[in-house]
Amino acid sequence: MAQVLINGLVLGTVYALIALGLTMVFSIMRVVNFAHGQMYMLGGFVVYYLYGEFGWPFWLALPCAAGVLALVGVLFNRYFFQPVLATATREENSMLMAVGTALLLENLALTVFGEKQRGVPGVVDGAFIFGDVAEGGAILTYPNLLVTAVATLSIVGLLAFVQYTRPGRALRAVAQDKEAARLQGVDVKATTTLGFAIGAALAGLAGGLLVTVYGVNSGVGTNVSTKAFIMIMIGGAGVTQGAIVGGLLLGFAEAIGYDLLPGSVTYLLIFVAMIVFLVFKPNGLFGKPWG
Amino acid sequence: MNKRSSLRLTLLALAAPLAFVATPASAQETLKIGVNGVMSGEAASWGLVNKHCAETTADMVNAKGGVDIGGKKYKLQIVALDDKNDPKVSVTNAEKLTSEGIKYIIGPNIDTTALAVKPVMERAKALHFPYAFAKELYKAPANASVLGMVASYQVGPIVYDYLKTKKGVKSIAFLARNESDAKNQQTEGVEAAKKLGLKVVAETDSYEPGTKDFMPVMTKVIKTKPDHIVLSGVAPADAPLLNKAARDLGYKGSISTETGQDSKILAQVAGDKAKGFLSVGGASTPSIQSDHMKDFIAAYKKRVGEWNDEAGTKVYALELILAVLQKHPAALTDVEVFKKQMATFSMTNPFVKGGTTKLEFTGNADFGRRSQVGVPLVVNEFDGKDFQTLFVGTIKN
Repeated sequence: MAQVLINGLVLGTVYALIALGLTMVFSIMRVVNFAHGQMYMLGGFVVYYLYGEFGWPFWLALPCAAGVLALVGVLFNRYFFQPVLATATREENSMLMAVGTALLLENLALTVFGEKQRGVPGVVDGAFIFGDVAEGGAILTYPNLLVTAVATLSIVGLLAFVQYTRPGRALRAVAQDKEAARLQGVDVKATTTLGFAIGAALAGLAGGLLVTVYGVNSGVGTNVSTKAFIMIMIGGAGVTQGAIVGGLLLGFAEAIGYDLLPGSVTYLLIFVAMIVFLVFKPNGLFGKPWG
Repeated sequence: MNKRSSLRLTLLALAAPLAFVATPASAQETLKIGVNGVMSGEAASWGLVNKHCAETTADMVNAKGGVDIGGKKYKLQIVALDDKNDPKVSVTNAEKLTSEGIKYIIGPNIDTTALAVKPVMERAKALHFPYAFAKELYKAPANASVLGMVASYQVGPIVYDYLKTKKGVKSIAFLARNESDAKNQQTEGVEAAKKLGLKVVAETDSYEPGTKDFMPVMTKVIKTKPDHIVLSGVAPADAPLLNKAARDLGYKGSISTETGQDSKILAQVAGDKAKGFLSVGGASTPSIQSDHMKDFIAAYKKRVGEWNDEAGTKVYALELILAVLQKHPAALTDVEVFKKQMATFSMTNPFVKGGTTKLEFTGNADFGRRSQVGVPLVVNEFDGKDFQTLFVGTIKN
């Protein structure tokens, strides 16, 4: 059981980091960013090339992945989403735009990066061994520990940013009520752009971090997005703590499910549980606006 | 003759010289070959490698002026369509390709798409070469499909027997990707292992497509203490991660799969943790490659940028199609002629060195007739960087 708990914690922390970016964009713009998984994938490729191919230090390549994706987020927001949101009268328009950008990024990636899975050398190697796994022991590998630690630090850093800094407070204000924020002197357009950039940067950071343990390929985005949607549906779309709790819950559900149930039943039950849960709690666990 | 008929005749008379302009007597005719398979998403490499192989063959053939069939030189043109592993899209693609008059189509890649496409191929009197293992595609009364590679139920028993007799393996666990093809492969693998007297300690475990962290599912498999783990129907993107997860969890036994994998992906993602991993390859390893295969790899790299070992099992279908067409030109427009030749057709395998290996259609033992491309059954072992040929087996025919 110890190994199952370690697996759940690692998986849950990683999932939380992935879900956080998606929920950030949703809270600020009320846009479900279907391209979130593709942004994760791009972050993975940035680190693959900078660290894996060009030999940059990993700790330089990782923030570069976040930076590149923040820039992609700014450009997407400025040239794709803002014009649509400014003129569209229906929510479906922004959703279609998000689906379009996801397909655009995936097909561009297939053309530019090819179809192969890519990987990079491990940043650390080794493991804490607490007995034989087959006999009930547990193993925590250094790479998994590193990923969990960086993901946790990133989550804490983001929470501190939105809680204690001026731009963070502006983000929360816009998430709660755009008009009220505008009346209080908040530059809504700039804040929205910042929110989208942070959401995309988080996706890039997650992709860049996880390429060290999972690798990356051009088609990985859709599955990442799907899982991120599940997490924010459980936690409550647009709510920070919802994404974190949703991520942890899914991580533990997956780890425990795979241990106790036949593999094919695990996700079936997760989906059934989610449907039943949403019937009774359609806004998720923390169904309230950002903040 | 009424007015309308007169008008038609006049238009035809006017158009006749134009037809000659469009296809002058000296113009080279084109032979179109279709590729219908998954070329996007996580399993993109399955269909894209088919596409790249066909295009590379076309590059090589066209560089020599085309393929000579019945005294005419035909330029090869590959028409490739992405079916996204979606049966509906695959059917639409097949209808589009056959409506263009294409008689030979490579793909699709999985059972669900291949089975969906089968009626379209039968209606259009065309032939396709799926990389899917469902037996009902290749057994009578089905009559429009030729298996493009070695099936898991053919390679599995040979590998398990090798492991049992040479490596002392006694217990075996199976882990599959949760898709119909992979689950079928798992079921057939379990049956084959039991027949050989191996103790099957895990037979239904699976993981969701898209999984990246395999520690949870591998933890359960390792708890069953198998001597050997079979990864059924795993995608090339999953194989290195599964190997890595098993080794990270302290697993010391051996691991194999019955699908083609790529050494560079294994080296990059798993490195030494995939050492000893067994998979199948057609003519990937340098130790068995002919000069023609080396030329093919060079041409593939020129087109795609880098080689993919999966292609070692996928070079054969188009080579065999062209060889049959060259010997029997009537098959260009009539696939029945092609089908008749499948029972006896034989040529020297151009991809394996030595010139003694035959390339022909096979499948009698499994399908009751020769409805399978006779890709050599090559079992490779990963050494941490590259594949090395472990042994070359033979499919019962």
